[in-house]
Amino acid sequence: MRAFIHELTDAFTRGETTPSKVTDAYLARIATLDDKVGAYITVTADHARSAAQASDKRYREGRPLGPLDGAPIALKDVFCTKGVRTTCASKILENFVPPYDATVVDRLARAGAVTLGKSNMDEFAMGSSTEHSALKVTRNPWDLTRVPGGSSGGPAAAVAAGLAAGSLGTDTGGSIRQPAAFCGVVGLKPTYGRVSRYGLVAFASSLDHPGPFGADVTDTALLLGAIAGHDPNDATSLAAPVADYTAGLEQGVRGLRLGVPDEYFTKGMDAEVEGAVRAAIDVLKGLGATLERLSLPATPHALATYYVIAPAEASSNLARYDGVKYGLRVPGRDLIDMESKTRAAGFGAEVKRRIMLGTYVLSAGYYDAYYGQAQKVRTLVRRDFDAAFDRVDLIVAPTTPNVPFRRGEKADPIAMYLNDVFTIPADMSGVPAVSVPCGFTASGLPIGLQLIGRALDEATVLRAARAYERATDWHTRRPELS
Amino acid sequence: MIGREDVAHVARLARLALTDAELETMREQLNAILAHIDALKAVDTAGIEPTSHAVPQFNVMRDDEPRPCFPPEEMLANAPDRSGDFFRVPRIIEE
Repeated sequence: MRAFIHELTDAFTRGETTPSKVTDAYLARIATLDDKVGAYITVTADHARSAAQASDKRYREGRPLGPLDGAPIALKDVFCTKGVRTTCASKILENFVPPYDATVVDRLARAGAVTLGKSNMDEFAMGSSTEHSALKVTRNPWDLTRVPGGSSGGPAAAVAAGLAAGSLGTDTGGSIRQPAAFCGVVGLKPTYGRVSRYGLVAFASSLDHPGPFGADVTDTALLLGAIAGHDPNDATSLAAPVADYTAGLEQGVRGLRLGVPDEYFTKGMDAEVEGAVRAAIDVLKGLGATLERLSLPATPHALATYYVIAPAEASSNLARYDGVKYGLRVPGRDLIDMESKTRAAGFGAEVKRRIMLGTYVLSAGYYDAYYGQAQKVRTLVRRDFDAAFDRVDLIVAPTTPNVPFRRGEKADPIAMYLNDVFTIPADMSGVPAVSVPCGFTASGLPIGLQLIGRALDEATVLRAARAYERATDWHTRRPELS
Repeated sequence: MIGREDVAHVARLARLALTDAELETMREQLNAILAHIDALKAVDTAGIEPTSHAVPQFNVMRDDEPRPCFPPEEMLANAPDRSGDFFRVPRIIEE
């Protein structure tokens, strides 16, 4: 099914169908197919039906809330939802029921979107395959033996499999764009601070970016428009005005200057990925964009920098899981024993590994050598982008160096980390970036093209993605599931 | 290289009760990851300012006015153990 939100809400406006009928169809499809895909941790059917009925009424009365009214969507289970359990795919939060909604959840509800449920992820958003979920397995809808990517594997798989029309995820090192590429959907990481983090369970606060997944660029732009904007509850939220992200979408790429960075075409990357991305860049050139080869020399250091900064921030953020205020508690003989046993039982192996790494690099005697140095290298990564955007309007690159891998294939932590080598730099710099489908391998696995733009220039990123999408038909392909 | 004792020390700081087998696996994996990270030490960062956030955002102030906050009952609803309006924890101070 995988309908487009803009087509659904147009059909609601014309009275051809209703939000309730569409919501019921999605819930029925989830009931039939999600045993195979595993996109959802929690399905909120009753909640969805009552939201859809309220939307029906607004359309009947001729006053829908806007282009997302009645759109059935999924939320990564990292966003707090009032009265609906929010697990972060962790045993430590398995029964946590938040007393409030995240800002993005509240904004989508105010736009009339219908939340179908909470979707799977790597535990605490730490991973690139969703295999680190402590609660369930999510499979790639294009090949059920392979991973959907991560950490937002559930939201990406839900859109790809037609189990939601759109979804929200988070991107800290690539966790929206990489699963978007692996599942053949569109995923956008907005500018840092463009979308509020209030009510998002924190992983690495200076790197966490909430953002949308869509079945096409237009839907992605609509979702971004609904969730973007200043929020007084997030001190890092930007006050800049929110653009109408759909207004200029069809304007094409004629005259845009695109930079092609040497460091994103590396030895050892998958040949089919490189071929598809180079062909996509030629399509953009054919549409009137000009190409310029450039260098982002700090790129090779970005991964190591990330694996200092993100675990350091995570080790601080995850200190809150102490068995006192909420979440799991394992009894102990005193407070420290209780905390240590609770955390040992509640966190999975990858989360423990990152907490240990983060605690180590922040500990006495190592802080300057690791954390201080990583923050300086982060400046070099940012400066690369600043210099590049003096010369070009967008950077075009692969989203990932390889295609979706098989479950269990990347048992070594470092092999898993290498997946994010092309997505991490944009997180460290805070600039917006999208992954858009740009082809399939001979065996039918999706490939993603990444477009990176200037801070707060999501409009140009989306416009170029739309121009590419309009010239191709990858976004209309569907995995066969039955 | 970090040794077994270092790993045990970090685990205590992080409040993670790890088994002997977990400590050994962690030691091996942390050393492998740190070997990658150590490449950063060779990067010339003389005179480079650190980046703590991607966007230039500084202290955000608001007027110090009373605002509604969450009711205690809602905040305590997820508590593993409570006593009245308090979170209850194991005894910290000896009798």
